[in-house]
Amino acid sequence: MKNCLVVDDSKVIRKVARHILESLDLTVSEAVDGQDALTKCEACPPDVVLLDWNMPIMSGMEFLQALSTAKMAARPKIIFCTTENGISHIKAAVEAGADEYVMKPFDRETLESKLAIVGVI
Amino acid sequence: MPLPPAGAAIFQGAARILSGLLEARTGQILSEGRAWRMETALRPVLRAHGLQDIDDLAAMLLRKRDPRLDEDVVNALLNNESSFFRDLQIFDMIHRQILPRVQEHRQDRTLRIWSAGCSTGQEAYSLAIRLRNDTARWQGWRIEILATDISTAAIEQARAGIFSQMDVQRGLAVGDLIKWFEPHGEDWRASPDLRRMIDFRHDNLFDPRAPSGEYDLLLCRNVLLYFTPERRGDVLRLLARHSHAGSVLLLGAGETVIGQGDDFQSHPEFRGGYARKALTPDCAGGPMRRTA
Repeated sequence: MKNCLVVDDSKVIRKVARHILESLDLTVSEAVDGQDALTKCEACPPDVVLLDWNMPIMSGMEFLQALSTAKMAARPKIIFCTTENGISHIKAAVEAGADEYVMKPFDRETLESKLAIVGVI
Repeated sequence: MPLPPAGAAIFQGAARILSGLLEARTGQILSEGRAWRMETALRPVLRAHGLQDIDDLAAMLLRKRDPRLDEDVVNALLNNESSFFRDLQIFDMIHRQILPRVQEHRQDRTLRIWSAGCSTGQEAYSLAIRLRNDTARWQGWRIEILATDISTAAIEQARAGIFSQMDVQRGLAVGDLIKWFEPHGEDWRASPDLRRMIDFRHDNLFDPRAPSGEYDLLLCRNVLLYFTPERRGDVLRLLARHSHAGSVLLLGAGETVIGQGDDFQSHPEFRGGYARKALTPDCAGGPMRRTA
């Protein structure tokens, strides 16, 4: 079973994402900010990270930067999941190393299609 | 046994009129699963024409005073659900297996694809994106993508190439979004290059006039399920008339040619695809014969 780390400071978003991801047969863990996510990735790398942009302590972009130099056996796929929907934000996320981009609000079909595109399901 | 409320009985009558109009215009039958959402689907039509409810609408249709009303009702009742790269593995098979095979055999370096029942165009745009992302392979080839649908509203949207945020998120990779779409207010619009690749036409699958010629790849996915078995046979005969011995037909996951006539059989190479049954010597012109 593949693992997904949901990184978001909103408890509601984490809960909604968990519900959808578990229905797609993924094991889900959660992190409340980029720093928390980095610690969890180094301890036990997930297959995919669903990553919020704006978070306290360490943002999604800062997390991506830190992840690029982190010592990990395998780099997880990164799906940015944010309310920022401008094309400049999307391009910045891709240039920083995001594999996919989802804009909130999202539904099951959207997440499922993005997970298929990155090859996790 | 309690009698149904008066309104319910009248609604059943109105529903019969509406489903009769849909079948007469499109050949589609309104299954129970779609009938329950009829009222919701028709709400914008009621508002636009200043009508109170479904009964008013049915009465107005019977008076036949406004041909535009018929068209609006049909457009509203059709299911235009579609998404980019729907069933991703099908698109992988098309581009890794089916199209390379067409390329091997096609001596006139022309690729012809028909997306029949294309709805708002996501399937045709998905094909165009994959072809454009592989320009080196198709250098020097003429590529024709025909996309047809019975819904005038769907074809208008497809032709405009404008999709909502939710539409582009479903199935479209972010790299393709950046490369092939541009922001259009709150929505996204397909680039002119992409739009130029596809000939979107309003078309009825039962109209013997359209389209013309033969196609190497025919997609008619999630369309047959809306027809009666007899109508399905008619559609498959039409698709057969526009196929050659090397054509590949792809249907939706829950659809089949089995029991729907003798024109197609399971494709020997492409899983889930269908091929024309062997043509008689009189009408077979070789694996890639073309009539138009």
